[in-house]
Amino acid sequence: MLNFIARRILATVPVLAIVAVLVFLLLRLTPGDPAAILAGDAASADQIARIRISLGLDQPIIVQFGIWIGHLVTGDLGESFYYKIQVADLIAQRLEPTLSLATLTILFSVLVSVPLGVIAAWRFGGWFDRALMGFSVMGFSIPVFVLAYILIWIVSLKLGWLPVQGYKRVADGFWPYLQHLILPSITLSVIFIALIARVTRASVLESLGEDYIRTARAKGLRESQVLIRHALANAAVPIVTVIGIGIALLIGGVVVTESVYAIPGLGRLTVDAVLARDFPTIQGVILFFSLVYVGVNLLVDLSYVFLDPRIRY
Amino acid sequence: MSALADAKVSGSGPVLEVRGLTIALPLGSDRAEAVSGASFSVKRKEILCLVGESGSGKSVIAQAVMGLLPNTLPVTGGEIVLEGENVAHAGRERLRELRATRMSMIFQEPMTALNPVMTCGDQIDEVLREHTQLTPEHRRDRILAIVREVALPEPERIIASYPHQLSGGQRQRIMIAMALVLEPALLIADEPTTALDVTTQAQILALVQDLQQRHGMGVLFITHDFGVVAEVAHRVAVLRLGKLVELGEKNAVLKRPQHAYTKMLIGAVPSLQTHGRAAEGASEPVLRTVGLCKTYYDRGWFGRRREVHAAQDVSIEIRRGQTLGIVGESGSGKSTVARCIIRLIDPTAGEILLHGQDIAKMSAAELRPLRRKVQIVFQDPYRSLNPRRTVLEAIIEGPVNYGVRRDKAIERARQLMDLVRMDPASLNRYPHQFSGGQRQRICIARALAQEPELLIADEAVSALDVSVQAQVLDLLEDIRNRLNLAMLFITHDLRVAAQVCDYVAVMSQGRIVEHGPAAQVFGAPRHEYTRALFEAAPGRDFAFGSA
Amino acid sequence: MSASPSRASELETLSVEAAGLRVTESAWQRVRKNWSVRIGGAALALLLLIAVSAPWLGTVDPTLFDAASRDLVPGQRGEITTLDGEIIKHKFWFGSDSYGRDIYSRVMYGARVSLTVAVLAALLSLAFGIVCGLSAGYLRWLDGILMRFMDGLMAIPAILIAIALVAMWRGSLPTVIIAIAIPEIPRVTRLVRSLVLSIREEPYVEAAVALGTPTWKIMFGHILPNTIAPLVVQGTYICAAAILVEAILSFLGVGLPPDIPTWGNIMAEGRPQFNQYPHNIFIPGVFLAITVLAVNILGDGLRDTLDPKMAKRV
Repeated sequence: MLNFIARRILATVPVLAIVAVLVFLLLRLTPGDPAAILAGDAASADQIARIRISLGLDQPIIVQFGIWIGHLVTGDLGESFYYKIQVADLIAQRLEPTLSLATLTILFSVLVSVPLGVIAAWRFGGWFDRALMGFSVMGFSIPVFVLAYILIWIVSLKLGWLPVQGYKRVADGFWPYLQHLILPSITLSVIFIALIARVTRASVLESLGEDYIRTARAKGLRESQVLIRHALANAAVPIVTVIGIGIALLIGGVVVTESVYAIPGLGRLTVDAVLARDFPTIQGVILFFSLVYVGVNLLVDLSYVFLDPRIRY
Repeated sequence: MSALADAKVSGSGPVLEVRGLTIALPLGSDRAEAVSGASFSVKRKEILCLVGESGSGKSVIAQAVMGLLPNTLPVTGGEIVLEGENVAHAGRERLRELRATRMSMIFQEPMTALNPVMTCGDQIDEVLREHTQLTPEHRRDRILAIVREVALPEPERIIASYPHQLSGGQRQRIMIAMALVLEPALLIADEPTTALDVTTQAQILALVQDLQQRHGMGVLFITHDFGVVAEVAHRVAVLRLGKLVELGEKNAVLKRPQHAYTKMLIGAVPSLQTHGRAAEGASEPVLRTVGLCKTYYDRGWFGRRREVHAAQDVSIEIRRGQTLGIVGESGSGKSTVARCIIRLIDPTAGEILLHGQDIAKMSAAELRPLRRKVQIVFQDPYRSLNPRRTVLEAIIEGPVNYGVRRDKAIERARQLMDLVRMDPASLNRYPHQFSGGQRQRICIARALAQEPELLIADEAVSALDVSVQAQVLDLLEDIRNRLNLAMLFITHDLRVAAQVCDYVAVMSQGRIVEHGPAAQVFGAPRHEYTRALFEAAPGRDFAFGSA
Repeated sequence: MSASPSRASELETLSVEAAGLRVTESAWQRVRKNWSVRIGGAALALLLLIAVSAPWLGTVDPTLFDAASRDLVPGQRGEITTLDGEIIKHKFWFGSDSYGRDIYSRVMYGARVSLTVAVLAALLSLAFGIVCGLSAGYLRWLDGILMRFMDGLMAIPAILIAIALVAMWRGSLPTVIIAIAIPEIPRVTRLVRSLVLSIREEPYVEAAVALGTPTWKIMFGHILPNTIAPLVVQGTYICAAAILVEAILSFLGVGLPPDIPTWGNIMAEGRPQFNQYPHNIFIPGVFLAITVLAVNILGDGLRDTLDPKMAKRV
């Protein structure tokens, strides 16, 4: 088991290294002087020269990469020329709204979608199954921002139940905090529910076809036990896996949702940085999101140890 | 629910009585009914064997009794009477109560029939928790007792284990323990030993018989294997395409079968007696291996290295016009040897001499001109042909590779279809339009199109029903004689080996433990493993193949 | 065992294994009968027709604007100035935006961008993915490096790659297509590689090796044809994703330049006035959702009919 855990952790190193290379190359492959791009449009020749020296841009590319990696491992993501502060600090400031939104979304999605998927698999081909599959294909198809505007229009503008836009910190009180998160979370959840429900249904359906389900029924167990203890328990690995993969989808959704709902999180920061061509920030945000993705998927891999004894030994 | 008390109440009469059972198939199937008017009974303390080939409906009957049939296979007629109660249309809840308490079932695949993420003990415990009100301590005692009764070593360790930590035989014992923990009156065993090696099979069969005697259960034993029937049955029912064609005492059915189908089936079972054909030793060897080894290395992350010796020091010799059989249980390395010889995998050490020329270490380019001379037929007829290519394309692929003109190759393909007793007009069909036996004939034709000198049959008849198997064996025999081929026949089935082989090599754990002329090995086995293997062969006291 | 003719014929007649040919539908017949394929395909055909015949559907040049016709609601009449300076009467079926451009015309022309991006991004990522996947599956020495690279690429969320690339290159049709295709390549590569690895273990491929078939012939003659069905399905899903990502890029203002009529751009333009004129967002939004829905329904139908194994997986 320790061997497995060690192997999984080691396996993330090359992935992170390649992410670092790709992000490094992103800037170097851009037409123009990297120092000038990094400094921003309003920079003086003096500032550009300083950046050129600090990144070693007059040196061979491999040395540049070394310097860049050196900065990275010390947590130095450079300075945002637009916000004029360290990118690492900028990310830390914007973390709370995004983290809240993502956590609430995942919790809500999992709680809703797993039971739906199990029931659909159990009643395979029935009206519930078809309705869920229909919902799921629609969930995949409706663009996040269109859904966001539909919800704003109905819930906030017509019914006036919830605030249209904006964000309140937890420190400003829990209810206002939650109030501002409900619509964005629902918006973001739809595609996630579609995805997880679909995978849950498929994996439960697959385990329902296995011989041990026939055994469980031959034992005279109740249908609920057959479903949960046997079918769902064996379907856990693909379900958890898709939650991990779905993090990429979630990050994409966060970028759009935060823009529509004017939430000052990392997603909004990404768009603002791109519009301002604030390269140090773009790089930092991409690295951060990728790190989160790799980290979550590492946790997912490690959770297999608890979900499947065949991996444990 | 007092299942234990119930068990003593039920009176005399058969445990199970099936009367005129009819089960419909969905529209568009190849026949209207899966089972048509089947009637039989299972008495107390009796093992009734239900025999049939694939598609005979035997498993459907088993599942109908348990009430486990899917809605697509409804019972449309007849009665299933379990201890006086008609359960053919019993409610879900009633059926659920009866399962595991009055009737239990064990299945073919012990590998997949247990839940892989639950310990064996918990899986047995589920039965007790569902059907009794015993306290946890009592349940644990019961579990340990039943695990001991099915003769599993170290019960404490076994019940804390997950299924993947046990061997196939041990898993089947857990299944049996789970089925019998509440002492049901009826045990349905659906091909319980088919997936097991012959020695394990013998142990499980003995266990089932022993438990059946001790608990006085009725057993409905479903199998396709007449050897197993001869071993365990009291009475036999023969099923063909959903219809019961013969029912009677074991000796009567096996020795004096009445129905033509039963006669054919029993006649098709290969005899354990060797064919007795004189083996000519004079012809030149086509292929020899000298000290052939195949070792797999499993590299751990922290320098640990595991070595698996799949084949060790294998030396065999195959001559023109003769068949060498390699016999062994799963994992014995017999297929590894075949795959090395045809160079699908590279041997680790040793020589493979094709007409005296060592091909063991040849590069792909050097090997190419020689590949033609050795051809292979695999086990699985459903995966041996590319689903997107016609039969014609499959057969001419080899010759065209070696520069034969397309029209010549097509001409030859027609002749080969005749040779394997198939209609040349079906050359333009796709593989999915053929049955398993037909596909295996096509594979043989494809191999023969290369005009090989050595034909390897790697479990080539193992996936086939006994009657189809007999046809394909006949065909192989015929072809070998006509074309004077050397044949390497890999099989786990001693009966098949006895019929086709001139020489036999017995493999165990990667090594050849005994080899010699078939009559000698079968007649007077010297190695203890070989003796154990023959000892375990089911139905060895019955003379099959002479009907 | 002697092969006497009487015994052989007895076996043949009594054996239960049907000797006749089985009649089964071809994959193509199954596809044509499938209702998801029919509905999704029909809807897509209609959208394709709109895209191709946009100029003849009562539209005006989608870049034209007229200060006198700003912020019209759907169905209102107004006027529009052509490039020649001529002023013509025009009915604004879907209203107009804050520059006075005809939203109906922009939506019709917008179908062109969405469908072009979808098809080209899918083809591009499939082409690269197939080459990489075949290489990884067949050349063991390349496998490790290539797949680690793909893992790295997959670790960066697709939208971020697309946004970053377009931001650097500045939006134009080719850059948007490339930026959308790149993050899809690892997924195709993985699919192809896993298919290759499983198909090359199939006995029919091993039989081909034994028949002396050269490696390249095995790759293109035996393996590739058996990967087509799952790839067609995957390609359809990439189309759907590409349409969505393109719309998101435009909507966020980092995609194609704002004067090019794309559904995302129309919505981006309508954002500030959403309270008064929600149709500026809803009308292109409905077209977008229906297009993606049609592609997804088509994809599900193809998956169920062409690739039943995958249908079981998801």
